[in-house]
Amino acid sequence: MIRIALNRILQGIPVLFVVITVTFFLIRQAPGGPFDAERALPPEVIKNLEATYRLDAPVYQQYFDYLGNLLKGDFGPSFRYPGRSVTELIATGLPITLELAVYALAVALVLGLLAGLLAATRPRTLQDYLPMALAMTGICLPTFLLGPLLVLVFGIWFEWLPVSGWGYAPGDKILPSLTLGLAYAAVIARLSRGGLLEVLSQNYIRTARAKGLSTPTILFRHALPGGMAPVIAYLGPAIAGLLTGSFVVETIFQIPGLGRFYVQAAFNRDYTMIMGTTILLSALIVVLNIVADLVSIKLNPQLRQKHRHE
Amino acid sequence: MNNKMLASHHPLDGQDGEYGQSLWSLAWAKLRKNKLAMFGLGVIVFMTIIAVLTPLLSPYPQEAQDLTLGAVPPSAAHWLGTDTLGRDLLTRLMYGGRVSLLVGFAATAVALVIGILWGTIAGYFGGIIDAAMMRIVDILYALPFMIFVILLMVVFERSFLLLFLAIGLIEWLTMARIVRAQVMNIRRQEYISAAVVTGLSRRQIIFRHIMPNVIGPVIVYVTLTIPGVMLFEAFLSFLGLGVQPPASSWGVLISDGVETMEEYPWLLIFPGIALSLTLFSLNFLGDGLRDALDPRTTVDGDGG
Repeated sequence: MIRIALNRILQGIPVLFVVITVTFFLIRQAPGGPFDAERALPPEVIKNLEATYRLDAPVYQQYFDYLGNLLKGDFGPSFRYPGRSVTELIATGLPITLELAVYALAVALVLGLLAGLLAATRPRTLQDYLPMALAMTGICLPTFLLGPLLVLVFGIWFEWLPVSGWGYAPGDKILPSLTLGLAYAAVIARLSRGGLLEVLSQNYIRTARAKGLSTPTILFRHALPGGMAPVIAYLGPAIAGLLTGSFVVETIFQIPGLGRFYVQAAFNRDYTMIMGTTILLSALIVVLNIVADLVSIKLNPQLRQKHRHE
Repeated sequence: MNNKMLASHHPLDGQDGEYGQSLWSLAWAKLRKNKLAMFGLGVIVFMTIIAVLTPLLSPYPQEAQDLTLGAVPPSAAHWLGTDTLGRDLLTRLMYGGRVSLLVGFAATAVALVIGILWGTIAGYFGGIIDAAMMRIVDILYALPFMIFVILLMVVFERSFLLLFLAIGLIEWLTMARIVRAQVMNIRRQEYISAAVVTGLSRRQIIFRHIMPNVIGPVIVYVTLTIPGVMLFEAFLSFLGLGVQPPASSWGVLISDGVETMEEYPWLLIFPGIALSLTLFSLNFLGDGLRDALDPRTTVDGDGG
């Protein structure tokens, strides 16, 4: 297991290196400098600015400087918010985005597994069709549509919940978490239904029934662990999706998280900020994917076998 | 498709028996029994026709404005109402749909071409070529592409071409994997050995005997990729990083609609319905095609 883990981590490092390098050189290609203000600045001022941000050094020099600073956890200064470093901005946004992602993941797992369990225990009945129809709706209703619709219904028409913010008013975390989580709940519902149905048709389940075990015991002790394999395999992509989904949800609900910073930085051409957030989000996704991989290998003996022979 | 075969009332039993049913006519017969998939197909055909004929069909010219009107709810003159600038929503929806569908189809086509070539070459030659090519795919897979597409849209001038290419460049990876698996599977079949023995050239074998049999799973994946691409385009446009004004797409219209949804909810609801209905239809059609092209299912709909 440790060998597999080490192997995975070693595979992750070149990916991160590619991410950093590609991001750095792509950003250098961008039209317009970060100091393109509405009024033209005198050349001396630009020169001073460039010297301050070390933009006057040769590109390869800047690249190695940037790499060195990254190792120290320093993402450089923000071009748009003078005096604040990208690291500072990230440090305020990241916890919020992670909290949102965790709540959304909880929504997705609880609702998704519940729906999948309901559907799989009584296939081809209303108890199957209804949750699955809802799941299909959830998959086809994009986040940027679902969010505003939830706001319209629960925030504006019924006035039950706050329409924006994060931690300012009681209950304002509910709608963003639901918006981000529901689409994944839908996918998890379909995956867990499929996984469970497959497992429930196996011989060992029939044996368990024949032994006279109760239905809940069969479901939770015997069927669920095996039936969860597709769901666990989906967790990696789901987490990556949750992080990018936060761009939209944080924009809709005006949440000061990393996603909103990223979108704003993209508009403002705040290049150091874009670079910092891209690299950080990519690193997070790569790391979480590795974790998800390891968890599914740990839980699935067949995969473990396969990796041992690699 | 071949109507003569379909009109026949032969009791089809899922085996290519005495009637010599081809895979395609069988699949079509199965698909026709799937109501949701046929509904999906109908919607897609309808939307595509509308999109192609928009300049002829739209009730008003693309940029027609009636500023005295402002935003009015649906009426006889404006079936879906007008937006805050007095533009007919149905007209905007039709023109936006053209862009959304075009991005969906074109980006998928990019993915299709790269994916099929890559997958076929890797799968057919195998060995070290395969290992090297699929290793590249593995590495690319680990990259968070969504973020990179946004980065590309920020760095370069936002153009349609870039949008197609950027999205297509994400989607070809899965396509390559599917095609490779399928090609490797087919290569081991006896009829390929037979073709080699008869002295057919490598090109003939690849194009005549392997490619056509790869098409099934590819079609299914294409049908499921198009909604994914359309969703991604709408996601980018919603954030303001996708299709740029004056062009619009359903994502742009939804984004506009959100800003005024409190006062003029129809500006959000109708574009939302258009996009969701299309995504629904493509997903149902894809699911239906998957069942229909699976030789293990029968025309009666149950698994064999």
